[in-house]
Amino acid sequence: MTEIASAVGLRLPRLEVREKVLGQAQYVDDMVRPRMLHGAVLGSPIPHGRIKRFDKSRALALPGVKAVIVGPELAPHHLGAFIKDETALARDKVRYIGDAVAAVAAVDLATARQALGLIDIEYEELPAVFDVEEAQKPDAPLLHEDYDKYVKVFPAEYKGRNVLSISTITEGDVDAAWAACDVIVEGEYETPGQAHAYLETNGALAEFDAAGKVTVWSCTQSVFKMQAAISEALGLPMAKIRAIATRIGGGFGGKAEPGTQIIAVALARATGRPVKVILSRDEDFTMMRVRHPAKIRVKTGAKKDGTLVARAFDATYDAGAYADESPGVMGFGMLMARGPYRVPHLKCVGRAVYTNKLRTGAFRGFGNPQTAFASEANLDDLAAKLGMDPLELRLKNAMKPGDTWVGGQKVEACGLVECLERLRKDSDWDRRRKAQAPARPGKKRGLGIACLSHISGVLATSAIVRLLEDGSFSLNTGAVDIGQGSDTTLAQICAASLRVPVERVNLVNPDTDASPYNWGTGASRVTYTVGRAVASASDAVGEQIKQRASIIFECAPGDLELRDGGMVGVKGVPGKVLPYGAVAGFSHFVAGGPIIGTTSLMFDGPGFDPKRTLLRGVPFSNLGAYVFGAQAIEVEVDELTGQVEVVEVWSAHDVGKAINPQSVEGQIQGGVVQGIGYALTESVEWDQGKVVNPSFMDYKIPGAMDVPYAIHPIIVEHPEASGPFGAKGVGEPGLVGVGPAIRNAIAHAIGARLAVMPFTPERVWTALQGRAA
Amino acid sequence: MIEVELAVNGERETVSVDATQTLLDVLRTKLGLTGTKIGCNQGVCGSCTVLIDGKPARSCLVLAAGCRGRAITTIEGVGTADAPSPVQQAFIEAGAVQCGYCTPGMVLAAEALLRKTKRPSVPEIREALSGNLCRCSGYTKIVDAVKLASERAAP
Ligand code: FES
Ligand code: FES
Repeated sequence: MTEIASAVGLRLPRLEVREKVLGQAQYVDDMVRPRMLHGAVLGSPIPHGRIKRFDKSRALALPGVKAVIVGPELAPHHLGAFIKDETALARDKVRYIGDAVAAVAAVDLATARQALGLIDIEYEELPAVFDVEEAQKPDAPLLHEDYDKYVKVFPAEYKGRNVLSISTITEGDVDAAWAACDVIVEGEYETPGQAHAYLETNGALAEFDAAGKVTVWSCTQSVFKMQAAISEALGLPMAKIRAIATRIGGGFGGKAEPGTQIIAVALARATGRPVKVILSRDEDFTMMRVRHPAKIRVKTGAKKDGTLVARAFDATYDAGAYADESPGVMGFGMLMARGPYRVPHLKCVGRAVYTNKLRTGAFRGFGNPQTAFASEANLDDLAAKLGMDPLELRLKNAMKPGDTWVGGQKVEACGLVECLERLRKDSDWDRRRKAQAPARPGKKRGLGIACLSHISGVLATSAIVRLLEDGSFSLNTGAVDIGQGSDTTLAQICAASLRVPVERVNLVNPDTDASPYNWGTGASRVTYTVGRAVASASDAVGEQIKQRASIIFECAPGDLELRDGGMVGVKGVPGKVLPYGAVAGFSHFVAGGPIIGTTSLMFDGPGFDPKRTLLRGVPFSNLGAYVFGAQAIEVEVDELTGQVEVVEVWSAHDVGKAINPQSVEGQIQGGVVQGIGYALTESVEWDQGKVVNPSFMDYKIPGAMDVPYAIHPIIVEHPEASGPFGAKGVGEPGLVGVGPAIRNAIAHAIGARLAVMPFTPERVWTALQGRAA
Repeated sequence: MIEVELAVNGERETVSVDATQTLLDVLRTKLGLTGTKIGCNQGVCGSCTVLIDGKPARSCLVLAAGCRGRAITTIEGVGTADAPSPVQQAFIEAGAVQCGYCTPGMVLAAEALLRKTKRPSVPEIREALSGNLCRCSGYTKIVDAVKLASERAAP
């Protein structure tokens, strides 16, 4: 018998890495179908208006144009993850510059784009509103006159003009608690709109067959959500829609909801030919979605010794023109607003507000980066006021195993204290906080810290594992790997459960015609939630292998065990052993039938306890397993220019168990760099509703020279009992604490306590002048 | 339409192109070499990097008609499944690939660097890759991969 290492815990290269380094990976834009047409989408040129008239004739007359479609030609079905407020193409109103109003299919992309300019649409322009405070004024332009009538998938609360959702969370008695505090710190914070800026823009290719069934290849975070959304928008039966994920060039939340899939299907239907619709970079920037800009007020009270007593949190998220994932993003932000600390008295109020700007949506962190910035900045100011070391203050209040999250769920696995201790040691915190590290002339160095928490979990998932005749396995979940490495992680979980090397697991590409259901890639849930389904389906296969082998060996299944290398044998008798292939042959051709294990699950963790916590307008009834981490960052600030450079990063995360440590490190490092961009340079800017920086030239994501090489991932493992092999998610957390850790490092360096992200040279320079005055 | 003879990955290809057509477009749509990626089509992201006469170039900024007689290397010409180049092998082992969209451009930028500088320092590697954006990896493991490849090639 060969001894093999369990596939869990190995630093394995990705299953699909070879095709990626060789340039053979197929992304949707790499696909070509016979007679394929190219599609393009026209966006509204005005931020708010009523459509008076469409005239397609000039566009249709252009040689090479095969179809032009406009909103009223599609069935009037509304879409939206939480609130059904959107149609695939605008029907009577446009609500932002870029709102899709028409689409063209033509023989080539240049012709399709040219035809867009020939579509005549007459608008009656309406007053527009771009600011969340203005939008709530009684005389502000109303974006959605029919808001009350829209279908909402949760008990939404929404008093106020243009307010689409309000979430309120109360624990204890905040108003009474302030009196018991020795120190109270208040602050107001602002975060920018961040663009996902995945390197591959959104795109889809749709093709109908003779029976009227459409196949849609696209870059998406969920083939099942696409199937449902296409059905909902166009009124096609789901059985007539097959959604397939190609390789995906990054998602980060931006490909969780439809991109161009629905339009590609509508064009394919209109022309009877395959149609591919790929957005240009500019279109992706201006037509898809961004992270919610937020304005947040925080008030935190503590005892003299640093014990936290009370926190009040009031946040306004700018949703843009359509709700998309806003109720969830904002509600989740509120559930994270307390932070991973014991705070007995809490009141959080969040609202999401419509404005005439690009819609906002899910983005790595899902509302949490905004609240974490406000929360952790405020906490640092509290530490300063108390004269306490910021790490000590966090340690003193840090959640420990057995503590409860907001809503009452007990948290059994929590490595936050260990994360903080690791940061202290690895960053040489105590020494460097006291004496700032030497900097180059004209520069000042500072070290800052932030804690973070998140969840991994939510919603439904399933897995099918089948034993093949040669003793290998096929694993099918429908979970999409958007580049984060989940295919490999899931294959490792399957392989370890069945004690085979990972090469013996074939991962089936997500395809609604073939895969069981998976809600989607998001909420840091694939390793944790899908991984659970995979482990359980694999175990079911293991049981069947034993059962079939027991017929061959003429013993009880309980006398058998799975052995490394893919064998089943009699316990205590080393020589009595069969390879899985023999069991599979027996099952396929003699008795029992093919061995298939299936698991279907809905996240079943504890819900919120209404006796303990008052929750209103929160669109979740439970969340998942809580994850914890802490990040320390050293910066160097140029006192002359206000330029901030990140020098070194330590990012400690309790991941339960790292199924693939190399992949976990990559998630952490990638999240950190996206967080550095968010903190220092990235901000979608609007002028009268128009995105003014829709290119990589003007919207600056970090390059290799803009971030340090020294980004140290620190993996902490406190196994989560409900997770596969103890694992929980790590996809999002790496980004969450970076903004506040940099902000706190700047405060340490130059004494300026910034409140508005990103920390551009102008803002830092202005703060430096204020310090001088 | 203009007829141009291109030397791509060591093979001569005659294609008829528009005067304004970019090399990127010709590679992808006329020659089926889709390993070269479009990230921005504006010369900023580096996803479309190829080597022209051994030097990295952004194929979205280069007119195909101007490439007559020049040696073009795309990702498809770097290595094969059985024999990936040392850079490709290092990318595999170092965990430098996530979504993979930036990878062809990164690999070519790294190939060009290592042809010029046998044992580049970390700052030299970061500098050489600074025109290639990656939204997934955080760059650390990409730098590690290039370091690994250079150490193996010039121990
Ligand atoms: S596609 Fe050429 S630089 Fe971005
Ligand atoms: S791996 Fe996704 S952009 Fe680099």
